[in-house]
Amino acid sequence: MTAISVRGLRKSYGAVEAVRGIDFDVAKGEVFGLLGPNGAGKTSTVEILEGYRLRDAGEVEVLGYDPGKAERAFREKIGVVLQSSELWPSLTVREIHKVFAGYYASPRDVDETIELVGLAEKRDSRVKTLSGGQKRRLDLGVALVGDPELVFLDEPTTGFDPAARRNAWDLVRSLRALGKTVLLTTHYLDEAQQLADRVAVLVGGEIVRIGKPSELTASAKAEIRYRRDGELVVVSTEEPTRALHDLTTAALAEGRELEGLEVRRATLEDVYLELVDEERPE
Amino acid sequence: MRLFWHQLRSEQLIFWRNRESAGFIFLFPVMLFLLLGSLYGNEVNDDGFRGDELLLAGMLGYGAANTGFAGMAITLVIRREYGMLKRIRSTPLPTAVYFAAALASTLIVFAIQAVVLFALGRVLYGTALPERPGSLAFLVVVGAIAFAGLGIGTAALIRSAEGSSAVVNFILLPMAFLSGSFGGRDYPAVLEAVADVLPLKYFVDLVRNVYLEHESALSDPGALAIVLAWGLGGAFVASRRFGWEPRER
Repeated sequence: MTAISVRGLRKSYGAVEAVRGIDFDVAKGEVFGLLGPNGAGKTSTVEILEGYRLRDAGEVEVLGYDPGKAERAFREKIGVVLQSSELWPSLTVREIHKVFAGYYASPRDVDETIELVGLAEKRDSRVKTLSGGQKRRLDLGVALVGDPELVFLDEPTTGFDPAARRNAWDLVRSLRALGKTVLLTTHYLDEAQQLADRVAVLVGGEIVRIGKPSELTASAKAEIRYRRDGELVVVSTEEPTRALHDLTTAALAEGRELEGLEVRRATLEDVYLELVDEERPE
Repeated sequence: MRLFWHQLRSEQLIFWRNRESAGFIFLFPVMLFLLLGSLYGNEVNDDGFRGDELLLAGMLGYGAANTGFAGMAITLVIRREYGMLKRIRSTPLPTAVYFAAALASTLIVFAIQAVVLFALGRVLYGTALPERPGSLAFLVVVGAIAFAGLGIGTAALIRSAEGSSAVVNFILLPMAFLSGSFGGRDYPAVLEAVADVLPLKYFVDLVRNVYLEHESALSDPGALAIVLAWGLGGAFVASRRFGWEPRER
């Protein structure tokens, strides 16, 4: 089953083309990552899917609805975590959840939701007393309290310290466990690699690569590194087996040791930086 | 309907929990009434009106503008700039229900304020209760709604949360002085001409007609039309210019 289907999506702001005809599908229950540098068109794409912005061209279907029509039935089924939004500082965590739960026809249990996002101890604390990370948990709790099928997370860990990021990742994994479909935007590679079933790399408003994180790196070159007379030698190759065989044969014949020998597969980061570089005009 | 009641309860909770809004929007007119009331007392002036009753009529006018216009404008700008409106927009809560509940919440605050003003006046100065409470209630509700329309329109024109309170009071306080909300209004002709354009003077006059002279709420349809026209003007600006998303950041 398809949760999101996008065909030929385009969006411009004045003369700036933010999204230049992209296609992708997200299956139900999948965690899909939109990865790209700032200004790549991630937020524009997500906001069109959320129903905040109207597209200029293309076909978009989200849970069987056209998000551009912003129907109430559609909004019953989505949960949104915005990049920056604050909620009423003088209400308590529980009160905020109750306010939002009341907007939905069949919400989740408020206390259970608060527990799910790890704010049980802060249930009766005012929002203004929460830390930054706790506020993002609150955002997520509020997005989940309507029991949505699809959750949009726009850069959920930007500005987090490493520990808070790991906590946030655990939360996203718990969404998967609940069977939710998740559309996640991020400019962190490790985040996409850790969380997403599939990733689309968006650069300059176009999708330059799409697939499982492992597939994105599979086609990339491998690197063989060793030291020769103290100097680092790097061999970049598409045929690591043959290259390694040639190297070791030669070294054995000369009775030499290949110091610090390692073979490494390109990481998603290497692939990503390469893609971003290729697309950027000097 | 369930959504309306839910949102109205939420609005009330948010309003009374927030010290700034409860203090400024609700308490400020009450405080002004106490301060100015102690100045004017309940002596009868040259026109044959008691100082405290004239002031109370003015404070009802100012209160309608303060809760409706200032309260609505500041709340909307802050919610917009902090992303709350954008956040709410992704929920199933319909726009019309959101605004209807915000308006109803404003009216509740204003109604409590009016009751407190009358009660304080009664206790401190023996201020008369309205002889035509139905007409007075109708008038102030219509006025508060019109000022709320103006408030929504103004919110559409204000760019930042930080400046919203200053901008709104820069409009409201001079208007309140010129309209005689705080007592006399024997201003130079230029200033009177300004007051003649703005809605609050007409509204204060209407309240005086009903409360002090026991006339019907429709005694001066022209004045009522001017108040409503400003409200509709605000609503029209809002329909063209109001955005749900932060303008800054």
